Amino acid sequence: MMSKLFSPVRKLGHAIIDAVLRLGFAARFFVAVIMASGTSFRRFSLVIREIYIEGFMSLIIISVSGLFVGMVLGLQGYNTLQRFGSESALGVLVALSLLRELGPVVAALLFASRAGTAMTAEIGLMKSTEQLVAMDMMAVNPLSRVIAPKFWAGVISMPLLAAIFSAVGIFGGYLIGVRFIGVDAGTFWSQMQAQVDVRTDVLYGVYKSFVFGIVVTVIALFEGFDAPPTAEGVSRATTRTVVISSLAILVLDFVLTAFMLGGN
Amino acid sequence: MSIDKLVEITDLNFSYNSRPVLRGVNLSVSKGSIVAIMGGSGCGKTTLLRLIGGMIRASSGVVRVDGEEIRGLRREQLYEMRRRMGMLFQFGALFTDLSVFENVAFPMREHTDLPEAMIADLVLMKLNAVGLRGAARLMPSELSGGMSRRVALARAIALDPMLMMYDEPFTGLDPISLGIIGKLIRDLNDALGTTSILVTHDIHESLRIVDYVYFISDGQVVAEGTPDEVRHSTSPFVEQFINGRPDGPVPFHYPAPSFEEDLRLEAVKS
Amino acid sequence: MERSTYDLWVGIFVAAGLAALLVLAFKAGNLGASDIGPGYTIKANFDDVGGLKVRAPVKASGVVVGRVTEIRFDPVRYQALVTMKINDAYRFPRDTTASILTSGLLGDQYIGLDAGGDSVMLKDGDTIRLTQSAVVLEKLIGQFLFNKAGEGSKTSAGLSSTAKAGGS
Repeated sequence: MMSKLFSPVRKLGHAIIDAVLRLGFAARFFVAVIMASGTSFRRFSLVIREIYIEGFMSLIIISVSGLFVGMVLGLQGYNTLQRFGSESALGVLVALSLLRELGPVVAALLFASRAGTAMTAEIGLMKSTEQLVAMDMMAVNPLSRVIAPKFWAGVISMPLLAAIFSAVGIFGGYLIGVRFIGVDAGTFWSQMQAQVDVRTDVLYGVYKSFVFGIVVTVIALFEGFDAPPTAEGVSRATTRTVVISSLAILVLDFVLTAFMLGGN
Repeated sequence: MSIDKLVEITDLNFSYNSRPVLRGVNLSVSKGSIVAIMGGSGCGKTTLLRLIGGMIRASSGVVRVDGEEIRGLRREQLYEMRRRMGMLFQFGALFTDLSVFENVAFPMREHTDLPEAMIADLVLMKLNAVGLRGAARLMPSELSGGMSRRVALARAIALDPMLMMYDEPFTGLDPISLGIIGKLIRDLNDALGTTSILVTHDIHESLRIVDYVYFISDGQVVAEGTPDEVRHSTSPFVEQFINGRPDGPVPFHYPAPSFEEDLRLEAVKS
Repeated sequence: MERSTYDLWVGIFVAAGLAALLVLAFKAGNLGASDIGPGYTIKANFDDVGGLKVRAPVKASGVVVGRVTEIRFDPVRYQALVTMKINDAYRFPRDTTASILTSGLLGDQYIGLDAGGDSVMLKDGDTIRLTQSAVVLEKLIGQFLFNKAGEGSKTSAGLSSTAKAGGS
């Protein structure tokens, strides 16, 4: 009977040990990918093709989402600010919310759902149909030829997508705030320019999206690479990519924000 | 020193998760010959191919290819060795995002500096050898099982390897495709002067084309010989295998306590 | 797809991303205006800097003429020492007043310069002598209550004297 009591505890212990082992494995994977990156730079066309698939093809979802997020910010922001008579700060509110937080974070979440799962599925499928092994037997390292280019494409695409998200979002906020609600255009932009600092606001957002790009891409690639070579295994791996990426993004967001704002 | 045996395996042991898969295996493959490694499912024959290709490492024993021991090779040297090998996977393992042409061209583009025009000619020649020159522009998803395997074969011989390995090349094919693959394996082996190892459990196709056969059961070589010797073998295992008898040296029943005991236990429980 | 077609679309994507970054930096941010340009340094001592931060603007007549570069505590004078950089194009007399003001009701604090009438101008390294510290809310409330209490005693004093006058 005692063993029945301890069984959930034991399971928890196993789960934690498994998670830690996995984390270690993923870390080694990350190092291996970096070391295998020589081909990515010598044959940059491989990376370019991946940037097309991961970055360019995500433009629509990023732009549309950015536009709507910006518009909502405009609406909600105005609604709250006008209670304190501070409508003039709408531009600042929209810009700072997007640049510091929503741009990098939401763009990363969308990237994980779209490009991340595509990567996981593709690699998982290649693994289950023995394409990766076949490549290895043909004396071509799959880490160099297939995985590393996807990694670098993700790292390059992520900050660009976050910037586009923020830019389109600010435009969305402008559309609602100025054109629709009637906040003064001059106030909107001038307050924004006075308060938004390139170094702490824009640049920090870029740093964040770089970190997110690395993390999301590594998670997506690792889950695909480690997936059991069955249909069920691959499908579970894509789910894991979204879940773990999302958690990682949100936790890292807090850590990075605390780090960046702590200085002030 | 001329090497007569391209592949030499001596006293090979391999375990997977402390379960022994191969125990003290000895076999060799003469240059230019086609050797079949046969046995039931899960007997360890695919593991042998993986060991020869350096994908896994033996617990003990020696695997020698062209005089060089596989175990001691570092990655670059192993890749060097693999460039001289060709492997045909069970379901082809074609790259699904590349066309038939690009699949066959892949090893050439990766490992040689040949100009595109020359590569194009070579690809068409290889595809012609397997009878699929007209399918060059198709994508793998548009091919039938037999066609995929032939394209994979063309890809495997792209760099004229010294050693060809076939993992279950006959499995799941219709009779016509079976005949085609068998003919291709023999003809290509002779035309290219390659050495071939076939891992299979298809008795009839293999005995028609190979020069020597090894039978693996329970991790060991239980019988070997030329096709003629095999057909007239007195070994009970070979006899069971060739005639497809359900019970013999390879038992029908999975190991279990006696039926009586099992039934009685059930009665006691209820 | 042809390699050149990939290059085209990827090029467009990267260009769009970089353009977005530049737009954010220039239109949303203050990259254009963050640089004061060549300037000279002047100092000022305050009893209380309130919420003044480094990089806060220095304004004269509402126009930004400089930036706060350093805020330190002076252990000799037991006052805050603020260092600021003023654009070379603007010169101020020695009797200029520096006050710490708040933009709007809840806004950030900045330094406002009120030019005096002295003929000698401040030069690099000089210290402004006339300063007005930030308004600290607690002190303001304390002041208000003190004043109110004072008014109350004056009224009761007036009442009692009236009463005395009325009594006799």
